[in-house]
Formats: sequence, C-alpha cells, structure tokens
Amino acid sequence: MIVGEQKPIGEIKQILSPYKRVLVLGCGTCVKTCFAGGEDEVAVLSSALRLVFKKEGREITIEELTVERQCEDEFIREAAPAVSNNAAVLSLACGAGVQAIARRFIDVPVLPGVNTTFIGVLEKQGLFTEECLGCGDCKLAVFGGVCPVTRCSKKLLNGPCGGSRAGKCEVNPETDCAWQFIISRLEVLGQLDNLRKYNPPKDWRASHAGGPRKLVREDHII
Amino acid sequence: MSSEIQSNLEGVLDRGDFAVTAECGPPRGADPEVIRKKGEFLKGYVDAVNVTDNQTAIVRMSSIAASVHLLQMGLEPVMQMVTRDRNRIALQSDILGAYSLGIKNILCLSGDHQSFGSQPDAVNVFDIDSINLIHTVRDMAESGKDMSGYELNRPPRMFIGAAANPFADPFEYRVIRLAKKIDAGARFIQTQCVYNLDRFKEWVRLAREEGLTEKAYILGGVTPLKSEGMANYMAKRVAGMEVPEAIIRRMAGVSKKKAAEEGIQICLETIAALREIKGVHGVHIMAIEWEEKVGALVEAAGLAPRPAAV
Repeated sequence: MIVGEQKPIGEIKQILSPYKRVLVLGCGTCVKTCFAGGEDEVAVLSSALRLVFKKEGREITIEELTVERQCEDEFIREAAPAVSNNAAVLSLACGAGVQAIARRFIDVPVLPGVNTTFIGVLEKQGLFTEECLGCGDCKLAVFGGVCPVTRCSKKLLNGPCGGSRAGKCEVNPETDCAWQFIISRLEVLGQLDNLRKYNPPKDWRASHAGGPRKLVREDHII
Repeated sequence: MSSEIQSNLEGVLDRGDFAVTAECGPPRGADPEVIRKKGEFLKGYVDAVNVTDNQTAIVRMSSIAASVHLLQMGLEPVMQMVTRDRNRIALQSDILGAYSLGIKNILCLSGDHQSFGSQPDAVNVFDIDSINLIHTVRDMAESGKDMSGYELNRPPRMFIGAAANPFADPFEYRVIRLAKKIDAGARFIQTQCVYNLDRFKEWVRLAREEGLTEKAYILGGVTPLKSEGMANYMAKRVAGMEVPEAIIRRMAGVSKKKAAEEGIQICLETIAALREIKGVHGVHIMAIEWEEKVGALVEAAGLAPRPAAV
C-alpha cells in the first residue's frame, strides 16, 4: 500500500490560516489502512483543529467527508457538493489523491494534510516498512524476493557493501541490511549461486528518471 | 596498447615487489598548498598515493584536481571515485578527463552514505554501484567504447582497483564479493584497516583457495592509531571497522604522551605480519591527517627506499 503520515498540526494550521470554511477530506483506501487519512483520522483531526482555532479565537467551520478513493474520479465526484460549500479542501489522501482532487475542482485550493512517504508493508501493528520504489522494472526474481533498489541504502545491485554489520545497515543501526536478507533468502531457496552473478547497471528509463510515467492499457480503454 | 605507459604502481606489483601506497585527503578549500604539503611528506616513500573522493561525504577539493596537483609534484595518484555523487554520464566523463590529465590508477568505490557527512540533506545518486563502475572502466579499456557502445578516441586504460572489507558481515560472503570485483576487472584491492589479523588472515586464506590472490594484488590497509580515544572511536563509530579489545587495551596501557608511539608500533607489527601472509602484495597506509608520519613508518618497516619508476 501507499503509506503516509499526517502532517504536524502546526503545519496544517498554518496552511489553513487564510480560510474560514474548510473541508477535511479523507480517503478510504491506503491512507485509511496506515491510519493517516481515513474516516477516523478525519474526525480526530477536525476536532483538534476546531479546538485549536477556538482557543485562538479564530472563526472557522470545518466540514468532514471521506470518499472511498481520492485517486478515482468516480469517487471524487461524490465530494462535489461538500467542496462547493467550502473555501478550501484539506485532503488527507496521498499526493496522487490531492492532485486528482485539485484537477477535478480547479477553482478551489486543495491543500495536503498528509506527507506521502512510501510504498510499503504493514510489518506489525504500528510499523510500516518501505519495500518498493516503483522503479518499473522488477528484478525481485534474482534477489530472492528482497529488493536491493529500495531496501539497500546505496541501491547496490552487487552488494552488500562494507558497512553491513550483524545484519544491520551502517546508515542506521535500526535498519536491516537488505543484502543480509537477500543472502539468507537465497540460502533457503538453494539459489546462492545468484550471488556470484554480475548484475549489470540498472536501466532507469522505466523509473521516474525517465520523466513522469503513464500506463496505457489499450484493452481497458472504452 | 603499446603507446600507453603502465602506471608505476602496476609496474611495482607486476615485478613482484611489496607495494606501498598511502592515502591523502584533499582539503576543505581550494588551496593547493595543503595537498602539496601532504605530497611532500609522502614523496619517495610510496609507489602511489590514493586521493579520496569527498570522503565521509564531506565536500572537499575534487579527487581529480588534487590528483593533478600530486602528478605535478612527481607523485603518482590513485584517483578514488565514488558512485554516490555522479551518474554514469558524469563518471565516464570524469574518467576520460582524468586519463587525459595523466591519471593512470583508479579505485572504484560506492562511497560513504551522505547521511554521515556535513550535508545529510543532499540526495545521493547510486545510478550504478562500485562493481558496475569497475566493469565500466575495464570495458572502456578493453572494447574502447563507452557504456553506450560509442567508440572512444583514445580510450582510457587505467590500472583498476577496488576496496574490500574483510571485517564486514556476512563474513562468508566477503570472498564472493571480492571474486565479483576481480571478475569485473579489479586488478588491485586495498582493504579496510587491519587490526584483527586473525580475521584478515582467514579472509586471505579463503581468497587464496579461490585463486583470487593470483588474479589480483591485495594491499592490506593500515591506519596508525594516535590515541586510545581514536581506537575507541574507530571501534564504535566508524562503519565497517573492527578494532579488537586487545588493541584498545594496548593503547590505553601507555601514557598519553606515549600513545602515538604505541600506535606506530602496532602499525609496524601489522605491516610486518602482512608481509608474511601469502597472497598479500602490499600495504596501503591510511594515516588520517598524519601524513607526516608515513615516511618514518615506511623506513622503520624496512620498505624504503621505494623501487625507482621504470
């Protein structure tokens, strides 16, 4: 899923400061699962904002709404009446959701309430880890299902570097060394020979390096 | 190619002499005198001088420029090049530029992560990794082409080196990685500082078993310790470094005044031990901001004078 984290309330307060009527718009998909922008977070954040602004003697009305997915126009349209009631939208979706809302409602300022962080996995309750960079050219088959492009701090395709110590990364002792995982996995899979194979430079054209990407599915175009 | 002259370091190693290289960190500024002064300390005592490339991710005079300052003094540089800061286009371009300026040795590295440096807010590049870089430099020399396959006029033919850290984990994989670097084209290997000789010997033994010490020259890294504080710092804070308790105790066991002397003594013992290990072809002295000690160290180790360039 796409993992995000709500912005600090101070920053949200500041970006909302020019407006008197604000719609706090949640998204019921990824950011709901990572507790950053679902219905519950919309309610908690809205209450907190009302309280903070009231304390400061500022008049602001906050409306709450959550749609299923802010990255799909079909769901975005449901928000149209609420958006037209307000002077600005604080979107708690990922960056894609924020932009999709902004594209649909061109005359309303759409502001981000979440920092979109990564594509990750719910490791355990309250812990998310980054697992995929969306590089567009997946090589997980070679690396025993562990991505060095994402999980090695130096993106080494022929790792590990000299800083791997007791299974941890030199950059942060709390970060696991991806290459230690790769080696352990390949050992279990009986594919240790993969370690001796040279992995050539990555073709980054499929990644963001090639510019903003587009995926066309002719078979789905109506 | 006959018109290309072999590097001095390559010549020393090919002739079977025990090679001596030292490290020289460029200054945090544009004053060439700093590098020249360090060069003066090393002249006559080493076969080549490694010039670091923004080591520990701190902005310094470029490795190419500092290498040229040394060349102008008659010293032979080993230009270090990291893949952290430049993409493949810039790396290849700088290799061509460096070779055009007379730089004949290159040490290919990934580089310290920028989070260790003075500008942790910078983005890193890591378009390719160190092994890809080794491959690239080798391919440029062998095929005469750049990575795109474009024919180069006067391809660079450099003596290619790589780093190895026998003290990192997982230990069993360290020799496989060494093999990968040598297969990619590394002809000499400079190792992380050796304080744990037992582990180093075991690593060389495994490399020997794989026939790697016949394919590439291994130069054991040493760094003389200045104080107990430095020993502790290296042990705890420097990534990929292993300093055994016994060494720290030795440094702690002498008065502060005598600490530097003890550090030099440990270093001399290490060099003597390295010379006895079959498959070790030289020593790489990384006297961090202590270049003035290298001459005396090389003399005391019985490694001076250095063989004259052929």
